[in-house]
Amino acid sequence: MGMLAKKKQRREAEIPTSSMADIAFLLLIFFLVTTTIDVDTGIGMTLPPELDEEIEPPPVKERNILKILINEQGQVLLEDKPSSVAQIRQEVMTHVTNNGQDARYAETPRKAVVSIKTDRQTPYNLYIQTLDEVWMAYFEIWDTDARALGYPNYQEYRSDLAEDAENEIREKWPAQISLAEPDPGAG
Amino acid sequence: MGHFTKKSKAKPEISTASLPDIIFMLLIFFMVTTVLREQEVQVRTILPQAEALTKIEQKRYVSYIWMGPEKLRGNRFGETKVQIDDAVIDDLTNIRTIMYRKLTGEPRLIVSLRVDEESEMGIVTDVQQELRKGGTLRINYSSKRDISNL
Repeated sequence: MGMLAKKKQRREAEIPTSSMADIAFLLLIFFLVTTTIDVDTGIGMTLPPELDEEIEPPPVKERNILKILINEQGQVLLEDKPSSVAQIRQEVMTHVTNNGQDARYAETPRKAVVSIKTDRQTPYNLYIQTLDEVWMAYFEIWDTDARALGYPNYQEYRSDLAEDAENEIREKWPAQISLAEPDPGAG
Repeated sequence: MGHFTKKSKAKPEISTASLPDIIFMLLIFFMVTTVLREQEVQVRTILPQAEALTKIEQKRYVSYIWMGPEKLRGNRFGETKVQIDDAVIDDLTNIRTIMYRKLTGEPRLIVSLRVDEESEMGIVTDVQQELRKGGTLRINYSSKRDISNL
């Protein structure tokens, strides 16, 4: 009797670890299933700071502003001319890269402003499409510059920049997009 | 010496002792990377599609604002509502205080607007005006990649 008890005791001195893996596996599977590694993508913008009522905003020459107006039916007015969303990109590129040649477009890229105005009833989707076209125009300009510097595209150029280095392309062609207060519209 | 002979008598088994350690390492990795419980969104947000997208890598700076038709029972949708964190905001003027408070906690705050594509610009602009009043100027129009053009 005494012998048997001794033997048993010796065997139970170890904690069985074989089930530990199962428990850990269960937890692991739970976290695997619940994890979503999704990165938020979108169009980044910086809103203008709140204006002081007393201080007048700096005047911008008419020729330096490219006005884009989208109404609730999705009709586009480009510089007061009826147009379409598909034409925006080319027009923005012409406007920004004009360098004072054509009197209707911007004097210099640094002075060029693109203004987007909507109605209150304009669908958000149309606004994003317009904004997207404007950004794509700038992306194409930046890509061209980046290629001239020997990079395959602008993204490569940017990721190659040091943390505090000046982004010369962006400095040369600053994307100045102004979001105007919408018209109250019909409704 | 006697100890060794005893051991050799045992049947050869693959040691599973390190298995929990390996699994635990994986487990800890997933526990750290997991963002548990995304807020329950009470409005419908079908995001618009766009091309000129940028990624927001620093997820901890991001605060979301949802805008879209309110989800009602039975797959119906109500009026367009604004939701921040867990609450639907009825009085839009509250946004400036909420956002200002968030900004003091995280100065690099990016506000990501997750707006339903069918929403009207009126409410989007109202929210943007509130964001300006709150001083949160870095925003992001959350959109999906346009798959049809690829």
